[in-house]
Amino acid sequence: MSRLEARPEPSRAMMLASPLIAACAMLASGSLLFMFLGQQPLHAFYVYFIEPVSTLYGIGELLLKATPLILCGVVLGNGFRANVHNIGADGQLTMGAIAAGCVALYFDDVQAGWLLPLMLVAGALGGMAWAAIPALLRTRFNTSEILVSLMLVYVAYLYLGYLVHGPLRDPAGYNFPQSKMFIDAAVLPLLLDGLRVNAAFLLSLLVVAGAWFFCRHTFAGYRMQVSGMAPAAALYAGFSAPKNVWIAFMISGALAGIAGVGEVAGPLGQLQPTVSNGYGFAAIIVAYVGRLHPVGVLLASLLMSLLYIGGETAQIELQLPSAITGLFQGLLLFYLLAADLFIHYRFKRRVHPVPLAAANLASAGKLPQ
Amino acid sequence: MNPDYVIAFLASTAGSATPLVMAAMGELVTERAGVMNLGIEGMMLVGAVVGFMVTLSTGSISLGLLAAMLAGMGMALIFGFLVLTLQTNQVATGLALTLFGLGLSAFLGRALVGQTVAPMPHLSLPMLSNLPFVGPLLFRFDAMVYGSVLLALLVSVLLAKSRIGLVIRAVGESPHSAHAIGMHVVALRYGAVLFGGAMAGLGGAYLSLALTPMWVEGMTAGRGWIALALVVFATWKPRGVMFGAYLFGGVTVLQFHGQGFGLAVPSEFLSMLPYLATIVVLVIICRNPQTILLNKPMSLGHNFKAD
Repeated sequence: MSRLEARPEPSRAMMLASPLIAACAMLASGSLLFMFLGQQPLHAFYVYFIEPVSTLYGIGELLLKATPLILCGVVLGNGFRANVHNIGADGQLTMGAIAAGCVALYFDDVQAGWLLPLMLVAGALGGMAWAAIPALLRTRFNTSEILVSLMLVYVAYLYLGYLVHGPLRDPAGYNFPQSKMFIDAAVLPLLLDGLRVNAAFLLSLLVVAGAWFFCRHTFAGYRMQVSGMAPAAALYAGFSAPKNVWIAFMISGALAGIAGVGEVAGPLGQLQPTVSNGYGFAAIIVAYVGRLHPVGVLLASLLMSLLYIGGETAQIELQLPSAITGLFQGLLLFYLLAADLFIHYRFKRRVHPVPLAAANLASAGKLPQ
Repeated sequence: MNPDYVIAFLASTAGSATPLVMAAMGELVTERAGVMNLGIEGMMLVGAVVGFMVTLSTGSISLGLLAAMLAGMGMALIFGFLVLTLQTNQVATGLALTLFGLGLSAFLGRALVGQTVAPMPHLSLPMLSNLPFVGPLLFRFDAMVYGSVLLALLVSVLLAKSRIGLVIRAVGESPHSAHAIGMHVVALRYGAVLFGGAMAGLGGAYLSLALTPMWVEGMTAGRGWIALALVVFATWKPRGVMFGAYLFGGVTVLQFHGQGFGLAVPSEFLSMLPYLATIVVLVIICRNPQTILLNKPMSLGHNFKAD
């Protein structure tokens, strides 16, 4: 008989392996799901996971979709470690997109080089401003930042809806709820002709490097790590929890805002009723699957991006519902959380111990056996 | 201001409040047992789609409600297994449940968009429904509205006065002490989590079978999260949940009745009100740390492992 027993110390091997195990389990479930939907599992597997990245254009799409995930997810992990949960990244992304969109539409007759950087700054500020609300309410009023940041996501969505239906609607747009298309100077440069991936991806790589540096080599990052791992020790050392909250929210808000700019100044090219494909929420999964480490987040973003574009490809080629993507994402996180169990626990064969005294008495013939 | 408008507004408040009451009551019991289930939104959505699917194919609303309850319990079982048996982090697992529920419900409901069912009928009580003013206001609701009020009373009485309520509260305050006395902490928590899932499923089904009898992806629009906030706002007491749910129900339907009241505000801003109101009430309640300290179940969010 075996039972779960706590490990003397967390297993490093499992820490690296559990995301891989989770990914494999998700793929296996996916194959079962494909079979259930009447598809040939291997063929569907190929169409979903391999075919989308078998062309250069496909790889471009992979990097394009991964960009907002990387930007949103890379600092989320830092925050989660310090028990600061920014669940509202999608709202900050939306507000950043709105801010950048407003800048682009205001300067819509200026073909100048400073327009894009200004949009990026505006987007970052927009995201930061939106993230400041949950940070303030948590530090001043002890309010759960999970609920506040989440509520603000819905508010941001509605605000964008209001803008594209009303004040920012394109007068020549046949009454469609969308803004004017941005001028060329307001659109991010493409990395390669023919691909849709743009400079935002390079930016996200820089951010990964920066986040790694921040975690490992700055005192602020160190404080956040300790606050999460040993809150009492952190308190004793004088690490201020409010400071952690502010740093986590400001940085992740700014990055989410930039991700928003990447969307509207990139593939979208205008403000639309929705600018995010749930990237802020997928980024949460990415943060966990990436083990809350910047490089892990980069890899997990690529996986998650593959799920997105695989879903689109499968929808076109196999008529599989696009909702499968959300299903896979949820499954991935479930499996990861389950696999994480084995970091701290392991199966061990249990042999029932016999009390020493009874054993002695029994062997001396004094107790019936 | 036309009195008919006022009556219609107040009456529709009850319909809007009922899913919140169901989901929040379920979460209240779960949290009083010490488990924080952030997956309410996911459970409500799955309940909504399953209830709608079953009612569409069988024509019976009762079967749909039953199926929704079971679907909610199924989702809660996944959560319970991960959190109670595998000891995973409650916050992360709850978020995972919501995301999974979003995906699963969209997947299950893909063929259902655009279809409708006959909504839950409004009861016509013999004499009460025809009373001049109070009739349309209080006595023309469907069965679930009255059911939710009964549920609230039941939960309130059971939690406060019965043995099972005492046991649940004990497990929520100090699971180690409860375990030492011989209570089955994990089994009780499973029960509370499953109850929460059943209620969330029912609340979701009310949305798709009575309030707006159709299926739309993501139709709960954050009600699950509002239910979570309600439990905090009510300082984990059932009567506070009822009050809060009706308050939010009223704020939610304001966006439909705003024009009748002559409010010249764009509809999107009226739609924002429930979410903003949630933030405001959370701030009011959480400002004073004492309030939370005195009322929050002590072991909420912490996993229990028998040693």
